Amino acid sequence: MAIPDLESTSLLKNVTIDPAVDAVVIDHVSKTFKKSRPLFAWSRKAQEERKGEKVVRAVDDVTLTVKRGEIVGILGANGSGKSTLIRMLSTLLIPDEGRIEIFGYDVVKDEYTVQRLINRVSVEASFFKKLSPMENLLYAARLYNMPGNIARTRIREILTRLGIKPDRIVAPLENMSRGMQQKVAIARAFLTSPVLLLLDEPTTGLDPRSKIDVQAFVHELRDVHHATILITTHDMDEAEDLCDRVAIIDKGRMVALGRTVDLKREVATLMERDEPVSMKEVFMHYTASHLITEEDVKRYGSWEKAFEALEAQREEEE
Amino acid sequence: MSSLMHQARASYAFFERNWNLTKRYWAWEIVWLVYNIVNALSVTLISYTAQDLSGAKIDTNYLIIYLLIGTSVWSYLSVTFEGVTDLIMIERWEGTIEHTFMAPISRFTHLVGSCWYAIVHGLLFTFLQLIIVGSFFHLDLSHANYLTAVVVLLIGSISFIGLGIAASVLPLLFTERGSQMSYIVRAILLLISGVYYPISVLPGWMQPLARVSPATYVLDGLRSGLLNGATLWSSSILNVIWPLIIAGIISVPLGVFIFTLAEKYAKHTGKLKRNG
Repeated sequence: MAIPDLESTSLLKNVTIDPAVDAVVIDHVSKTFKKSRPLFAWSRKAQEERKGEKVVRAVDDVTLTVKRGEIVGILGANGSGKSTLIRMLSTLLIPDEGRIEIFGYDVVKDEYTVQRLINRVSVEASFFKKLSPMENLLYAARLYNMPGNIARTRIREILTRLGIKPDRIVAPLENMSRGMQQKVAIARAFLTSPVLLLLDEPTTGLDPRSKIDVQAFVHELRDVHHATILITTHDMDEAEDLCDRVAIIDKGRMVALGRTVDLKREVATLMERDEPVSMKEVFMHYTASHLITEEDVKRYGSWEKAFEALEAQREEEE
Repeated sequence: MSSLMHQARASYAFFERNWNLTKRYWAWEIVWLVYNIVNALSVTLISYTAQDLSGAKIDTNYLIIYLLIGTSVWSYLSVTFEGVTDLIMIERWEGTIEHTFMAPISRFTHLVGSCWYAIVHGLLFTFLQLIIVGSFFHLDLSHANYLTAVVVLLIGSISFIGLGIAASVLPLLFTERGSQMSYIVRAILLLISGVYYPISVLPGWMQPLARVSPATYVLDGLRSGLLNGATLWSSSILNVIWPLIIAGIISVPLGVFIFTLAEKYAKHTGKLKRNG
């Protein structure tokens, strides 16, 4: 059972996609959030508080290019800026600095065109919980210009393929487990066969079998429908299995980018190991409080000792 | 043509979704209906004591219908407003707000799609309330012109949509209590529009405000039609219809414009996110 093509919904009519253009261009993008100002900002206490006003630089000068048909993973700890980046790509946030283009269309200036090319799965399965998967997905399908009768057939096909039983398709979502709800969220994004699919931790909370189902779907979207996929994840195995390249983000900055095999080799060399290290070790290396350099390795004797010493130093400072 | 079909389909998506939500929250609908009926009755029953309290001879039937029209319009306005502002709040609560805002549809389609369900819902709700409350009294409506009443209410609804869209900016910008903040818009309309009294009793400085409120003209038109049997082409009705048409033409684009500005601000500050 194949995933339907978006072309049949005529959503992409009058949208020109130049095959030579990169699918995603993120060019020196930054996003800062400010803590809201107190009501009586003129009072002395409030002024003192404002001196320490909290400004969070969620995304800090990130540059990344994704080719059409590529699957790129964005790895990072909680609060590292992955979701902020995805939301800027989804036209839900406006970058403070830099520019983002999707198939040559600017996410701010050409917002409406970009919206026709993308879909997104967020970490929380966001639905009207009192409504059934069918009602929720029918609503989404109509927003993406899909006629009701075609949508109903496709919704059943995709949900059945994701392992949702027919009687659950018309029952309220609130009675479903989180994993099942997440599958429905994934079905919603797949329903419109987007040219660019943004997956923000899509498999969090799913059992191993469901993860494999989703990963197979992601591969199919790319291989059969030539979709480009940007996925954020905490699951290093998933990143390794799915992604052509990964970017590691730490405190809003992109600290590494490359094929997993190359990153593993680089870190292994630094750790003076003959065998490639695991992706977990790569992640730990790049997101350590202090990026461990060759000098650190020499000074402390090994990568592990340098890591321990620098982490202890950070804890003491805190 | 294809784009028009898309926007029409999307507009229907909001109608269908809201209808599905109403079906699922049926208990709330009953509670809300009972609340409005009790509220309308408690106001309308004042008519029976007015003569005793003032000592002057009063046409009780006239006063009952006068107040009944006030409570019904107030209820209609409340249900319609609630329908518009609550949807932003529910979408925020459920987390669907981001999906709706990243869908490839115009904001006009989004807002008007949500509003036309609110209007149909409000009309049915108010009609039901009117029938039930009316059954408590032996009303003489032999002079009433129902066509006038329906036309005035429908034309007035356009400006209510505009006001509702502008008020829904509050739940968009104030993530936690924005929906409750929109009550202030309704409260001001209640005060200045002559819901329970003629606007002539308002202090002088409030009179200009009353004249720019579309609810004032809806109430005037309904009272002329139902109490005096004014026809659609009578001068008293034409005098309320043209301000309502102008208010409708101005308020909907203005409401969408205000909402678009608020959306831009929300996208700069990260307020378009779930809450709950």
